[in-house]
Amino acid sequence: MQKNIMVFLENTKNGFADVSLELLCKAKSLAEILGSKVIGLAVGHNLTGLEKLGVYGADKVVYIEDEELKLYRSLPYSKAVISAIKFYKPYIVLFGATHVGRDLAPRVASNLRVGLTADCTELKIGEYKVGDKIYKDQLLQIRPAWGGNIIATIVSPESIPSMATVREGVMAIEGVDEKRVAEVERFQVQFSASDLVTEIIEQYEEEKKVDLKKARIIIGAGMGAANETTMEMIFELASLIKAEVGGSRPLVDAGFLSRDRQIGQTGVTVRPNLYIACGISGQIQHLAGIMDAKRIIAINKDKDAPIFQVAHYKIVGDLMDVLPIMIQGYKEALKYTEK
Amino acid sequence: MGFNMIVLMKQVPDTSNVQEGAMKSDGTVNRDALPAIINPEDLCALEEALKIKETHGGHITVISMGPLKAEQALKFTLCLGADKAILLSDRRFAASDTLATSYTLSKAIEKIGAYDIIFCGRQAIDGDTAQVGPQVAEKLGLNQLTYVFEIVDLSKGHITVKREISNGYERAKAPLPILLTITSAANIPRPPSVKKAMAFKKLSAKEPSLVEADFPLQLWDAEFISADPTRCGLKGSATKVKKVESVVLKTREKKEIEPTLSSISSLMKELIHDHIIG
Ligand SMILES: Cc1cc2nc3c(=O)[nH]c(=O)nc-3n(C[C@H](O)[C@H](O)[C@H](O)COP(=O)(O)OP(=O)(O)OC[C@H]3O[C@@H](n4cnc5c(N)ncnc54)[C@H](O)[C@@H]3O)c2cc1C
Ligand SMILES: Nc1ncnc2c1ncn2[C@@H]1O[C@H](COP(=O)(O)O)[C@@H](O)[C@H]1O
Repeated sequence: MQKNIMVFLENTKNGFADVSLELLCKAKSLAEILGSKVIGLAVGHNLTGLEKLGVYGADKVVYIEDEELKLYRSLPYSKAVISAIKFYKPYIVLFGATHVGRDLAPRVASNLRVGLTADCTELKIGEYKVGDKIYKDQLLQIRPAWGGNIIATIVSPESIPSMATVREGVMAIEGVDEKRVAEVERFQVQFSASDLVTEIIEQYEEEKKVDLKKARIIIGAGMGAANETTMEMIFELASLIKAEVGGSRPLVDAGFLSRDRQIGQTGVTVRPNLYIACGISGQIQHLAGIMDAKRIIAINKDKDAPIFQVAHYKIVGDLMDVLPIMIQGYKEALKYTEK
Repeated sequence: MGFNMIVLMKQVPDTSNVQEGAMKSDGTVNRDALPAIINPEDLCALEEALKIKETHGGHITVISMGPLKAEQALKFTLCLGADKAILLSDRRFAASDTLATSYTLSKAIEKIGAYDIIFCGRQAIDGDTAQVGPQVAEKLGLNQLTYVFEIVDLSKGHITVKREISNGYERAKAPLPILLTITSAANIPRPPSVKKAMAFKKLSAKEPSLVEADFPLQLWDAEFISADPTRCGLKGSATKVKKVESVVLKTREKKEIEPTLSSISSLMKELIHDHIIG
């Protein structure tokens, strides 16, 4: 059997969602291990740019096109996706953990009676052993659970396809090949009146706000970072390790960051897996917002700064010297773990 | 006339409160060491049902699948104003994933029969999956509206809601019956009634064979809801846990890291290995 990987391609006003492209890249690398193909599944109306998805790793893009599919609705979309899965028989199906993906994927899994793992932070191919039974080529679905207190590896050995959702920004855009073109194929699905009962009256767009509450990694900048050069380095490190940037009140007051990025008693309370405090003294009003961080790295030139009392990792030094080393150190660590 | 409403409620360990002793030495979670609470968004779901009951009249049944100690949580929902509470408890339901959970819940809902609206929380804080609601809807062949933060209108057999979408929100209208999942932005749940708490003080869950059909706190098992045991619990679960690792720090032991490339890159390696950064 061909162990193909299907990726649900979420269609937005501005083209396909970033997470869909990220998933195509991930699917490509998993398919290489399985010796199989990546099938993108696009559902919508007036879909364009499908063959270009080859760039990210799709070998084939299957599309379901209908005026009724212009806006996402649970019933017609789940019917479309279920029909396509039954026809193409993929071995793995991946969805973005967006509002759409989290509305759609569970219905599909429930209908097909297969496993579904939400919000995976890593996907691998590996073995699953139970007793003396060995299941090969399993999708290892790795995700945090229990409010981020544990990391679990989930498999669905006895049901095909294995299904998972993944949050935006977790998988990297990599292995892109501008020359690759996907084969494009239309798939027909008939909808009945009972599939189309939901009416979307109106959609309201809101300006994209930073949501520090959901961030897994946050770099907190304090008055020790209150200059352009240091802030630039902080943003560079942040984009590298996929972190959000937040800050102390005086730094926000000084205009280096917008108000929605203020952390602490009068700002937001954050619960990241990792908080990197850069040039923050660690006054109680700031600490009030970060006490739920799973790990705290503090960088401060004052070895007696109170922030060190709550930090798990203490780095005494000037940000001007330490930040470049952090950037370099991360790049080296990556190289090492990729080997 | 009023509406027949069902609220799906889960008792969860308070994961915002994980302390020492909550993790066993093998890295698994010691459920007993955590306080059990009603999943916060399920209380928001119940609150929406109660508001509808107040304005339109109706009947609310709360269903929870879980161990016997969830009886307390169900009793609490009666004190909030639910009319009937059902605990689905059976050894065969243990270790269910969302697929098996949604199967069992849908069988219980079929047993109840008539309903206009099924309410769920958006997601449960123990798994954060947000899967059970849509999975139940699919099993019942029912339409759904998820991420609902406001019920705008309920008339002429239709419901209009505001629901979150990726870049904002939308107004959507659909006919009943329907399943809704409710977010914490919808409301602030009311406190329980002291009068009811007194009245229900001695109430305990009873098997249906021993009581009248409208007895407020009932204990149902697999036979009673005609559930196929091979689709329940561990047997009915498609997902298996291969491995669990703890990321809780044992103590807030401080490591001093020299500001040199070699020590910072080994710190980064440690963080990547522990899945803290990718
Ligand atoms: C009612 C009330 C509410 C408040 N609410 C909040 C709140 O919500 N959030 C909040 O953050 N604050 C809040 N504050 C303010 C709070 O008390 C502190 O004043 C503030 O947190 C200090 O910010 P900071 O650490 O950035 O600055 P500072 O206290 O000035 O600390 C700067 C730190 O950077 C270090 N440093 C300087 N230069 C460098 C360098 N080159 N390299 C490395 N380290 C360097 C210094 O050693 C020092 O420790 C509140 C105060 C009050 C009274
Ligand atoms: N064991 C259960 N009993 C009753 N309702 C449940 C159960 N598990 C999940 N639910 C409902 O499904 C919602 C989503 O749960 P989850 O998919 O676990 O995030 C919850 O907020 C509840 O409304």
